Amino acid sequence: MRVVIAEDHALLRDGLIRLLEAHDFEVLEAVDNGPRLVPALVEHRPDVAVVDVRLPPTFTDEGLKAAIEARRKVPGLPVLVLSQYVEQLYARELLTGGGGAVGYLLKDRVSNVADFLDSVRRVAAGGTAMDPDVISQLLARNTRDEPIGRLTPRESEVLGLMAEGRSNAAIAGALFVTEKAVSKHTNNIFAKLDLPPSEDDNRRVMAVLSYLSSR
Amino acid sequence: MTITQQAPREPMAFPRAAQPFIALGLAVLAEVGIAFFVLNVVAVPLIAVWVGIPLLLVFVPCTRWFANCHRTLYAGITGTVIPRPYKKPPMPGLLMWLRTTLTDPATWRDIAWLLVNAVVGFVLNLLSAVLFLGSVFYLIYPFLVWVTPDGVFTQPLGGLFTVNVATSFVMIPVGLLVFLIWLGSGERLLKAAAYVGKSLLGPTENAQLAIRVRELSDSRAETVDTQAAELRRIERDLHDGAQARLAALSMSLGMAEEMVARDPAKAAALLTEARESAGTALSELRDLVRGIHPPVLADRGLDGAVRALALSLPFKVDVTIDLPGRPPAPVESAAYFAIAEALANALKHAAATTAWVQISHEQERLHLLVGDDGVGGATVRPGGGLYGIERRLAAFDGTLTVASPTGGPTTVIMELPCESSSLKITPSSGTA
Repeated sequence: MRVVIAEDHALLRDGLIRLLEAHDFEVLEAVDNGPRLVPALVEHRPDVAVVDVRLPPTFTDEGLKAAIEARRKVPGLPVLVLSQYVEQLYARELLTGGGGAVGYLLKDRVSNVADFLDSVRRVAAGGTAMDPDVISQLLARNTRDEPIGRLTPRESEVLGLMAEGRSNAAIAGALFVTEKAVSKHTNNIFAKLDLPPSEDDNRRVMAVLSYLSSR
Repeated sequence: MTITQQAPREPMAFPRAAQPFIALGLAVLAEVGIAFFVLNVVAVPLIAVWVGIPLLLVFVPCTRWFANCHRTLYAGITGTVIPRPYKKPPMPGLLMWLRTTLTDPATWRDIAWLLVNAVVGFVLNLLSAVLFLGSVFYLIYPFLVWVTPDGVFTQPLGGLFTVNVATSFVMIPVGLLVFLIWLGSGERLLKAAAYVGKSLLGPTENAQLAIRVRELSDSRAETVDTQAAELRRIERDLHDGAQARLAALSMSLGMAEEMVARDPAKAAALLTEARESAGTALSELRDLVRGIHPPVLADRGLDGAVRALALSLPFKVDVTIDLPGRPPAPVESAAYFAIAEALANALKHAAATTAWVQISHEQERLHLLVGDDGVGGATVRPGGGLYGIERRLAAFDGTLTVASPTGGPTTVIMELPCESSSLKITPSSGTA
């Protein structure tokens, strides 16, 4: 799988390259600033880009903006954004670009190698990988008068994992239940939230997230 | 929701009917002031023979009290506050007090005011009172002629002509005319007298600057204290949190390194522990950094940071922001933390279900309004959250006003001076 990396810290950049190359990824280019990122992405068209939010020259949200711009130039370009912080605002901006194939994770998640690689592969495959922190913030919002308040605790748990971008199989694995039970919960959730169910993993995440963030 | 701010007016705090009596009272006080003037004028030269010192110790506070009473009265009449311009002695002690007092221009301006007021103030106030009382007198003239024995009130206007009960009604138009004159000029005369007083009782430009310096050094001292406390907090958080965790992490790694050949399973467990420890350290550092300066504030300015804050709160927050650019970083940061604290209060204490934030820039000031539909009853208490915001804003000459009746809703109004010229035009928030 072909990857482009954008990370300004040399140590972290080398770490990411080593980690990805050790797991049979091909690192096409590793850039260390924002302006070089968009041309690199447009030129290489990688299977997935791993991008740090904060990049030179502004050291603000250069990486995020470059990712959004690259996705506008190459629709559906899979981008996994890594950040020292997760902000719902940024998650929402990435998702409103449309087309899925986005991820937004805390940098710490890289240390759990298996989970991280799973997220990279999911994004490369056109899926979604949202940080559990973003999801738990969304779910923690006051749900007094909202349909989401009618979910059982188990259904909320399933919704959380679903919103991170996991498949039914992965949710079943995480919660130690059968896949059948998960799909039953999923159907209940869709019924309660008034969302038409869909076979497409990514579209259902988009639906859930846009429902959650539209409030 | 829109809050329209009223333009400042200069109201007279007294009802119209009370004016003539206030004027009369002020006229009498103006002459009482002569006594204070004489006492002071006598006491000052007597300092040379020491007798003046105890006299001044009594007279000066009396004069100041008398002048302060007038400051309050004049403030009511002119509608603007007259600050007390007296210097504070830099050190305690009787002689120091005496020295400060005698070299304080405010002392001499008080004495000058006593004299000026006895002449100008007296005339203006008396005129205002006499116009009213005279008009009343002539309006009831026929009644006076009727109830008094013959000959007492038969010669109005200083004996120009003689009247009886029937003919005395000619005086009513005169009374009416005088009343109209009072209606038109009474308040102005009173205000004129008050302005004369204000010009002498108010602080001179120098005194104003001195007062300002005092305010600024107070707020600077507080700012420095707050900063130092904040640095101590950060130091403690780092020492007890991230530093300790990284030390433990380094120990776990060392042990794992030493164990990897002998007992790979145990080494792997230690490595897992180390990774978890690193994760916790990172999340602690993240919280700490957010408390110092939220990254999204650095990225997106007040606009984005407040919107991000609103998204992260567990209730609905309506955000309206109308800013032509980004305020200077310190102002931006103070404004952000003030809003965050006000919203945190709404969350913690008010049991609010919705809140709203409005940010605008008008007349060289940044206006921040935070409201919620909670239970209300919020007050500014020393040590409380709102007090903290007030101190934080005071460092920038900002103000905080809380309107929070019991039962709600609560509105926190904050203002920060922020010149238009210092607003940086936000770099395009688009993706270009």
